[in-house]
Amino acid sequence: MNTKATVLLVKVVLWVSALAPGAWLVRGLVLSDLGPNPIEELTHWTGMTALVLLLVTLSVSPFRRLTGWNPVIKIRRPLGLFAYFYAVVHFSIWFAFDMVFNLTWMLEDIAERKYITVGMAAFLVLTPLAVTSTRGWIRRLGRRWTSLHKGAYLAAGLGVVHYYWLVKADTRLPLLLAFCLLVLLIARLPALSGRGGRSKNAPKAERKSSETDAPVTA
Amino acid sequence: MIIRRPPDIPSSEITPESVYVDRRKFIQAAAAGAAGLAVNPSALAGLQAPTAQSQEIPPRFANMRSEIDEALNSYEAVTTYNNFYEFGTAKEDPARNSGDFNPRPWKVTIGGECNKPGEYDLDDLMSGITMEDRVYRLRCVEAWSMVIPWYGFQLSSLINRVEPTGNANFLMFKTIVRPEEMPGQRQAILNWPYVEGLRMDEAMHPLTILATGVYGMDLPNQNGAPLRLVVPWKYGFKGVKSIVSIDFVERMPLNTWQRQNSVEYGFYANVNPNVSHPRWSQARERRLPSLFKNHPTTMFNGYAEQVQHLYAGMDLERWK
Repeated sequence: MNTKATVLLVKVVLWVSALAPGAWLVRGLVLSDLGPNPIEELTHWTGMTALVLLLVTLSVSPFRRLTGWNPVIKIRRPLGLFAYFYAVVHFSIWFAFDMVFNLTWMLEDIAERKYITVGMAAFLVLTPLAVTSTRGWIRRLGRRWTSLHKGAYLAAGLGVVHYYWLVKADTRLPLLLAFCLLVLLIARLPALSGRGGRSKNAPKAERKSSETDAPVTA
Repeated sequence: MIIRRPPDIPSSEITPESVYVDRRKFIQAAAAGAAGLAVNPSALAGLQAPTAQSQEIPPRFANMRSEIDEALNSYEAVTTYNNFYEFGTAKEDPARNSGDFNPRPWKVTIGGECNKPGEYDLDDLMSGITMEDRVYRLRCVEAWSMVIPWYGFQLSSLINRVEPTGNANFLMFKTIVRPEEMPGQRQAILNWPYVEGLRMDEAMHPLTILATGVYGMDLPNQNGAPLRLVVPWKYGFKGVKSIVSIDFVERMPLNTWQRQNSVEYGFYANVNPNVSHPRWSQARERRLPSLFKNHPTTMFNGYAEQVQHLYAGMDLERWK
């Protein structure tokens, strides 16, 4: 299979799998199949999907370095945007049904409940990343774009803490996600990411070409 | 089935005497609830089963409309959405994973500071005790709530029977440990067995019951068969399920959730809109099946008139 066909296949898989949780929730809503507390289900699964998709997004670059298969970078932006889409739905459900559209209650909760505080912070960190994901913004921001989009790690960290702080006793899943994030962060260490060690002697041009987080405009 | 109304509970808090109901009608109504129609008294006019025989609203529900201004949650909701970590930590886990649990035969060990300790067969324990229906609000510490028709008996009648001594200041309840039948107990999510406790005056209060049933039928495994505690003015986690031992003790027992996280959970766990859980407000609740968390939580879950004297002079922020 040539690269183009493979990329197309990967993209199809991406769209189908990223939309599947949403489709499953909509199906549950339509058929009243989400149990006696559907809002809890919707909140839980949109949040979970956002967090998992964000971690998958962050694994694209390490995957590319590991396999050397560069075209995979093309799915990073849509993955990140899907993560943000679920985060928007997650936030909206909470604002509509838990806060009952009451701004005062919302601000109180953000100020007083630390798991809400970090969840909200994660959402706020992600928002400019989603906004600046377009080709125009990538061009305008240049190298600053790369720095800005490292915020995805911060958002993922805040998201994991948000999840860990909200469970009552069973911390297995949040800890698993924290472990995944830790692995991704370790993969970013210069020594492992292929940018460390030799950078001192490496010619400037080569350093630039090894910059794996260069924005993708495709 | 004998239904008795204790003297000091207002009629609005329990099912009235007049609403004796035969099980078939009851199950029909429950099935209607299961079909997705919340059993809402005001909607009952349109909730007729499509048979010629059932042309009247089951008397129990008809009377509830006037006596209790809050809709019962459907049998399905009550039995498919609850916390019972012994069967898993998700709300649907108890209903899904409790099929292998054997609630009969059942023995309850009663011990500690009482004159008649021993291992009692549940049927012996209940013989001669007045069984009754009690419709109570259930407020979960997680800020959702339901209205549930329990079936059971006053804990006080059991306590009187075993004659506690003067040293009995508290009761300590334990859930059975059976990891082979309770898959949640195979992981150390909580410190098994689940332990709960009540102060003696709380245990003796006429609102406090041991439930053996719900909706007039035996408790399903997921709801704590065959015997569970129901204390309607406290958060739901006080309602220890599948009780296998009751001990009369001198000192306040360390209940499971307090042991798990004493910053967030205390011994008393009285429903209190003014004392937040550290992670969320307790001022509002989601009264299922409502989608919105906009139902105001009331002091002692609406039972303040009956129970607030138990806590006179206590700092309820400290003794949360």
